[in-house]
Order: sequence, then C-alpha cells, then structure tokens
Amino acid sequence: MGLRRGTFHENYAQDMAIIRTRLHWGILFAFLLVLFACPLFLSDRMLTVMTMIGIAIISVHGLNILTGYCGLISIGHVGFMAVGAYTSAILTAKFGVPFWVALPCAALSAGMAGLLFGLPSLKIKGFYLIMATISAHFIIIWLVLHLRDLTGGPDGMAVPKPQIGSIVLTSKGSYFCLVMAMACLATFLAINIVRTRAGRAFVAVRDNDLAAEVMGISLWSYKLQAFFIGCVYAGVAGALLVHYYAFASVDQFPFMDSVWYLGMLIVGGMGSIPGAILGAVSLKLLDELVTVVGPILSKAVAAQAAASLALIARGLVIILFLIFEPRGLAHRWGMIRAYFRLWPFSHEELE
Amino acid sequence: MIFFLQLVVTGFALGMIYALVAIGFVIILKCSNAFNIAQGHFVLIGGYLGYTFLVPFGLPVWASLLLSIGVGIVLGLLIERLTIRPLVGQPELAMIMMTIALATVLEGLATLIWGGEYKTYHGVLPTVTLKIGGISVPPESLIGLIVSVAAVAMLMALFRYTKIGLAMRATAEDLQVVQSVGIRATTVYAVSWVIACVVGVIGGILLGGVSGVMIPLAEIGLKAFAVVLLGGVNSIGGAIVAGIILGMLENVAAGYLDPLLPGGGLAQIFPFVVMIMVLIFRPYGLFGLARIERI
Repeated sequence: MGLRRGTFHENYAQDMAIIRTRLHWGILFAFLLVLFACPLFLSDRMLTVMTMIGIAIISVHGLNILTGYCGLISIGHVGFMAVGAYTSAILTAKFGVPFWVALPCAALSAGMAGLLFGLPSLKIKGFYLIMATISAHFIIIWLVLHLRDLTGGPDGMAVPKPQIGSIVLTSKGSYFCLVMAMACLATFLAINIVRTRAGRAFVAVRDNDLAAEVMGISLWSYKLQAFFIGCVYAGVAGALLVHYYAFASVDQFPFMDSVWYLGMLIVGGMGSIPGAILGAVSLKLLDELVTVVGPILSKAVAAQAAASLALIARGLVIILFLIFEPRGLAHRWGMIRAYFRLWPFSHEELE
Repeated sequence: MIFFLQLVVTGFALGMIYALVAIGFVIILKCSNAFNIAQGHFVLIGGYLGYTFLVPFGLPVWASLLLSIGVGIVLGLLIERLTIRPLVGQPELAMIMMTIALATVLEGLATLIWGGEYKTYHGVLPTVTLKIGGISVPPESLIGLIVSVAAVAMLMALFRYTKIGLAMRATAEDLQVVQSVGIRATTVYAVSWVIACVVGVIGGILLGGVSGVMIPLAEIGLKAFAVVLLGGVNSIGGAIVAGIILGMLENVAAGYLDPLLPGGGLAQIFPFVVMIMVLIFRPYGLFGLARIERI
C-alpha cells in the first residue's frame, strides 16, 4: 500500500464533507471529549470565563452570518440579544414556562425584532444601515426600561435557573456544558447555513447586491433572512446570558458590546466560521487579561487606569488588526495551513 | 404659547451646536468618504480641554479657545496620519470600524487623563442675555449660537473662496480626477480631519459651558448622526437646517410628551426614532443627493 499524502476527493460526498479525514474525526472527538470534561478539572473562575466565551461565540456566529456573509453591518446586535434575553426571562419567571420552551421562543422573538429593524436594510446599506441598527439598540433598551411592569425597568428582574426535565442546572459545570452544547450546535448550523442556497445568496448580496438582484436573487427575501438568522443567534445568546446570571438587567446589554462583537469579527476574520470562533476566543481572553492587569495598573498609576485600559486595549487591538491584518486571524491561520499543506509536497506514493 | 416659543428658542440654540458637530462629520464624509463615528468623542475631548485651560490653568477665554483649537489641530493630524491613511482603498466597513475604535481609544484617554469625572465651568464663558417679549434666551445657549454661526460662516467661506476649499470640494466629487490634476489627496484628507477635529473641539467647549463635561457627552455624536441623516449626508447647508429642526423638535417633544409618559426620557430616543423614519422613507435626507449605483 502506498503512503497517502494530502487529501484526494474521489466522489461528490467526499468533496462536500465538512470533516474529511479520519484524523479530523479523531481530533474532533478528542476536542469534544476534553471540552465536556472541562468541569471536572477546571476551577469555577475558568468555567465562568469559558461560559462567557461560549455565549460570545453563539452571538458572533449570528453577526458573522449577518455582517460577514451578507454584508449588512449591524451595531445593534446587543439590542437583539436583549430581546431574546427578556423574552426568555419573562416567559420563565412570570409565566412559568419551562426553559427548553422559552429558549426557542426567545430565539424567535429576537428574530422577529431583527425582521422589523431589518426592514430599512431593503433601501439602505453601509453607514445608513449602521445608523438604523444603532437606533434599534437604543429603542429596544428604552422600551425595556419603560415597560416596567413586564421587565422590571432599571431594577432588572430575577430569572430562574434553567431546568431541563427534572435536572436544574445550578452548578457552573452543568451550565458550562449547556452553553458549550449550544455553541457547538450553533457552529454546526452556521457552517451548514452558509453552504446552502441561502448562504451562497448572502455572499452574492454582500459582494454586489445589484449584481445579485440581476442574477435573480430576491434581495428583499435574502436580506431579511440574514437579519432573521443573525438575530435568532443573538436571541439564544442573550437568553443564555441572563439565565446564567439568574438576573436580567439592561446593564448586561451595553451599547459598546455590539461594537465589541464587530471587533471580534474583525480580529477573527469576516465571513469565516473559524474566524468568528477565533475572534470571540481571543478578544474574550484579552478582556480577561485586562481584568487581571487592570487592578495592578490602577494601584500603580491612578484609580481610573483600569477602566481606561479596558477601552484603550479594545480600541488598539481593532486599530492594529485593521492596519496590519485586515482579513483577521482566520486568514493568517489559513496561510499557515496552506504552507504546511504544500510542504512537503502532497502526492500519492504508489508502491 | 409662551411655553411653546420658549421651547422652540432653546431648541434652536441647542440645534445650532448639533449642527456644528454635524458639520465636522459632513466635511470628513465629503472629502474622504469616511463615516466618522468618533465625531462625538472630539466633542468630549474639546469639553475636557476647555475645562483644563479655563479652570486648573485659569487662562482667559480667548487663550483657552486658541490653545484648545491648537490641540485639536495636532489631534486631527495625528489621527489622519496614523489611522486613516493606511486604510485608503479598504472597504467601507474597515473605515467605520477604525473610527469606532478611535472613539473607544479617545474615550479611554479621556478617562485616563481626566478621570471620567463630571467637570463644569459654568459661568466662566461670557454670557449675553437677551429677552424677546416673555421669552428669555438662555445666556450660555446664546453664546453658543453666536460662535456656531461664526464657525459655520467661516467654513462656508473656506469652501467657497479658498483654493484648499475648492480642492476639498473637488475631492468629494472624484478622487481620481483630483489626483490627475496634481492635487495632493493626502493634504485634503489631513485638512478635512483637522477641520472636523477643530469643529468638534469648539462644540465641546460650548456644550461644556452649558451642561458640563462628562463621558456621556460623547453621545452628542449619535445625535449629530441623526442630524446628518435628516439633512442629507453630503450637504453642509442640510446639516445646519436639520440641526436646528432636530434641536427644536427634540425640545418641543420633550416639553409636551414627557409629562404624559411614565419615566419620561423621550428626548433621549427621539433622535433615533427620527433616524429610523428618515432611513425608511427618505434615505438620502432632505438635501442629500441620491446615490446612483452602477454594476
């Protein structure tokens, strides 16, 4: 038998497979095994960080489909997260709906909000759309603050811990597993959504919407679909966030986080599924670094140094990536992989 | 009736400051096709600079104004050279994200240098009191109005009668044509960012005199976006008219509707509602040119 170097696809199924080789299957299973074993050996602090990363990954996948694939820039993503979060919170806390019913409802309501605020996207794009989504964020947060009977307004509201069947997810470990399962599902769905007819239409709309329309892609339908899908992801992420804290308040949905999610896309690489994951992980880790270094700096320099470090670090990372690596970490990773794919030259050695 | 007129007059003066901030935005947009999200943060920096020169340094008003403008010029040059120029030719989103990142960094710097605290220099700026019938014009707003009008007039003159103004208008029309006749596009970019910075700084000093300086002052930028959208993104005259309209509408709406609503605070989202309405029904604003796209 010859030694096989490189991957050679011999039929359509192989060509379309997401996971192509046995080695990849092995790596995937090993990764999942280690991931879901994390609660056994990681500290609570680490688990919290990783749970937050998981939620960010879900949210950024949504933004990636909307902005990275369909080219509709949204800086109101956190607003849509808030819609999902409050839907789930109100349903579980006020109406006693079980968590596994409330979560799809949250996703759906966020998607509906996305459809509503996505309507301007039919006429406008670029900066105008950014303004529309910023408005969406502020209007949503204003509504949350003023529907006091329903949402508790500025006081926030208590949210029960999620319960699936008879298991209540109270421990950090169990919640971590829930979030990671959802993140894996979100990634799997995102990979597949962008390969479908709709996903290809999104890319066409992003590259040139007029050309896409001439080719027979209904802009009306696909732009709204992109908004719906992106906001469904946001809704799930928001619901997971408030159930984790067992508390919902507008402070969990600051405007700057929307910008930060876009920053994750920039750092990771727009229009790439690994990019979304890489960006979310690396920027959340940067956040953690800032929370560790901040207090030390505060003591050394001035009391406000921690707060300003967080802002400056975030801004600088985005600036540096825009100047030096505008296509993000995913692109860099792809180049490294391509290098090793060519070295040593891939070929099939026959006996 | 007096109540209504009072609201209109106060709104008018406020609207002039909005217009001043919005003009900085329009200038950058016209010359370098960049949407400057950081415009509100120039205002914030301006307010803090005004405070620094007026209160701890105790300088007279004219010296503070000149020094603040000087710092604004340096800031504008630095920003253009370091962050904007490397992005020429990049997609629109890159430029927008860059200005957002700039806004974040500026906010961080303001927090670091001034502690993000509430600073005020109420009563330091000269005041002019004016009373028409039963309506009194708030003195700080009036001085704001005067300075805004002067700044706007100077900018108009710059665009109409100077060579660099002509170059800037030409760059807005067509970058390639401008370059082929030997105008340095980089100079035009630098000048446009400097003007935007200076205009923002002046607006900041004025607003700081009215309401004090604090980090949320930067949100004035968001209101300026509403002004810009209403007026049409590439029209300076439109920005002025829309600024005044929005300032008045906001004041009147807050005056009449806030007592009806529990919790109030309508003035805060009013600009955003206007924005959505404009975007849905007239995306290119009152005076903007509709963009014709070709494949």
